[in-house]
Amino acid sequence: MAEGNTVETKPVETWITGIGLASSLGEGIEANWDALTNGALNVDETTYAPFLVHPLAPVNFDKQIPKRGDQRQMEPWQRIGTYIAGLALESAGIKGNAEILGRMDMIVAAGSGERDLAVDGAILTESVKGNVAPDFLNVRLQSDLRPTLFLAQLSNLLAGNISIVHGVTGSSRTFMGEEASSIDAVRVALARIASGQSDIALVGAAHNAERKDLLLVYEFGKFNLRDKFVPVWAREPNGGFALGSGGAFLVLESKQHAQARGARPFAKLSAVVADHARRSGANAASAVTDSLTALWTRLHPDAGANAIITGATGAEPATSQERRFLNQHETSAIRATGSRFGHLMEAQFPLGIALAAFAVSKGALFPPSDSTGLEIAMSARPSQIVVIGTGHWRGEGMALVGAAD
Amino acid sequence: MTATRDKMGRPIVVVTGMGVVTPLGSGKSDNWAKLTAGESGIRKITRFPTDGMRTTIAGCVDSIKVEPHTSLGLAERMADQATEEAITQAGIGAKGDFPGPLFLGAAPVELEWAQRDELARAAGATDAIDYETLIRVAGQSRFAPYHQRHLFGSIADHLSEKYGTKGSPITITTACASGVSAIQLGVEAIRRGEADAALCAATDCSINPEGIIRFSLLSALSTQNEQPSSASKPFSKNRDGFVIAEGAGVVVIESLEAATARGAKILGVIAGCGELSDSFHRTRSSPDGKPIIGCVRNALADAGMTPDQIDYINAHGTSTPENDKMEFLGISTVFGDLAQKVPVSSNKSMIGHTLSAAGAIEAIFSLLTLEHQRIPPTINYDIPDPAIPFDVVPNKARDARVRAAMSNSFGFGGQNVSIIMTGEPA
Repeated sequence: MAEGNTVETKPVETWITGIGLASSLGEGIEANWDALTNGALNVDETTYAPFLVHPLAPVNFDKQIPKRGDQRQMEPWQRIGTYIAGLALESAGIKGNAEILGRMDMIVAAGSGERDLAVDGAILTESVKGNVAPDFLNVRLQSDLRPTLFLAQLSNLLAGNISIVHGVTGSSRTFMGEEASSIDAVRVALARIASGQSDIALVGAAHNAERKDLLLVYEFGKFNLRDKFVPVWAREPNGGFALGSGGAFLVLESKQHAQARGARPFAKLSAVVADHARRSGANAASAVTDSLTALWTRLHPDAGANAIITGATGAEPATSQERRFLNQHETSAIRATGSRFGHLMEAQFPLGIALAAFAVSKGALFPPSDSTGLEIAMSARPSQIVVIGTGHWRGEGMALVGAAD
Repeated sequence: MTATRDKMGRPIVVVTGMGVVTPLGSGKSDNWAKLTAGESGIRKITRFPTDGMRTTIAGCVDSIKVEPHTSLGLAERMADQATEEAITQAGIGAKGDFPGPLFLGAAPVELEWAQRDELARAAGATDAIDYETLIRVAGQSRFAPYHQRHLFGSIADHLSEKYGTKGSPITITTACASGVSAIQLGVEAIRRGEADAALCAATDCSINPEGIIRFSLLSALSTQNEQPSSASKPFSKNRDGFVIAEGAGVVVIESLEAATARGAKILGVIAGCGELSDSFHRTRSSPDGKPIIGCVRNALADAGMTPDQIDYINAHGTSTPENDKMEFLGISTVFGDLAQKVPVSSNKSMIGHTLSAAGAIEAIFSLLTLEHQRIPPTINYDIPDPAIPFDVVPNKARDARVRAAMSNSFGFGGQNVSIIMTGEPA
């Protein structure tokens, strides 16, 4: 949509009015909530051994992507994301509302789409034998790559597919940059609404963990958890994450815009703060701890805010440093989504916000599932929840989710 | 005393530094001289074997070398160089201390074939190589740098740490509009009062075998390989696709108030930005042109301007049969009779399509147009397309009174952005 012609001087209150979620635990926020309540866990320790992934629970893509032709244009990552975006729009009660969708802003956080592993493998198999002709790579790529695969890989085409399939055609931006990209996606979407530059936005991400081309990149840094699942807080000293499939999309909306159409909120999104600590150099040993401490101050949660949902990855040294920060909040009920869903990279932060918003609306935090005792039960109603995102490599951020009045 | 807020009460955003690297060369001076001389930076590709490829030409940046060559390495180096030029010109902050956030337009990141080959050889396998094979050796310490290098945030992380930008750096991709999207994010942040200054950068290096073949398989590229310098011919009847190119463009933008307070030279004003996305198709625009029309109208509305105030349009002008036709439809619908009078030229005729960097590079060339009052031509315009009766400023640069310039970027996947710049605050 066109930018508002003025910039609000008083921040506009922003609500979370739609939640779309799918993961290894199920499809939809309700199913995921039930699974969390029951302590369910879905980890595959064999298919990608020695690595672990949290594979996507069965999803009927036809329900949100009715045209088979559209589904065929995508690989799993884009299909998952386009599906979940549909869930979010449905949740907000705006699916099919062309008037709103036509001016809805969108920010997607994305990596990119799947490689054709068979083609890559066949090319490499020939290549290492030696004696290949100068045109070998060119000819093979040209003849073996499906022409539309590129579109399934392009980072901005998850947003493109959401526009095509669901009709979301206001502004369309795609941020890249691992965990931090979705922290900034939510931050910027909120800032635009709060300042009057936007009325309603769709923000989120999807992630397909079941990809050897992705496992490869993290293996360079030895970040993949090996052999056996243990909760995030039990992974020291080597650390590591188990990638998770799924995603989360949120509908953010100004209170005024929501009330005008009779929409009810799950929760209020009060603030998002982010930073990029210098993790190498003189301050390396405490860079993340210090960054999170400073972010908490900037976020300014209520004194009574004692629930924290964190996307702590399990990667080191970031996770140990986050624990030292969390030690300052010992009385808070902490939940690591990485232990329940795996690490969904770009989708982890929106996932945390989705759960926080749902928890606020349900008046309860889901129970802990953690063998180390760091996560404590909480029976009280969470009025305000802090969502934390600490990038496995770079980037830190927090969001403040609370009850809407 | 000049007002520091626009008609809508928002801080006026000005440009105080610019840096650019294109196939024409490094730096504004070199680029401007060649651009206005109507020179082409398109040549036969010599960087890797092109045997068996349908398109063998591109706009390569030869003025900067990275050894060994990698696409990401060159993309980063070009961004560095353009950033140095922009920050030096702006004279802002201090070394390693830029007083604002970074917004970077960039391409998706992935391993290249040289690296996959390297891994495969390290595995010592003799047959049936697959990703398991590569993963088996990936944890060796010599490959450790490949983790950081192949993160999507890699280049932004590097720039933010080297130049000391503040807060979380953002990398944006909107395909061919990425370069201008990065500028738009900076403008919005300054208008919201989040920052007084922003570093808006864009870089793209996709000239590698798979990069070219991907576009080739979608029939997007010109195959007029025999005369490389004339293959990119926007708005011509015999245009047959775009010519892929690489480059980087960086601008330092500030609120007028902050720039004036520190005595910075104002190079131009970002009067407005507009965007609108297309839901018609993954690569083709909606035939009714509504998204492009809406995008252009949004930019004019954001700038508080009318079509008659635009003295020059820096076209997206990719030289594809589709884009150039749609761009005419969009502009002629919004501009009416003025569409055939306002000069509309395409820098891509000379530098090719720099993809993620295009929007930033072309915004910079538009600002130089405003500064020098000289419009770069659309070269290779020998056979006009009668269905596109633009005044394309054919083949030779033209001196003209230009007070306001619009630059268009219409991305693959339907992400359209237009930006309007003026020489001075209104």
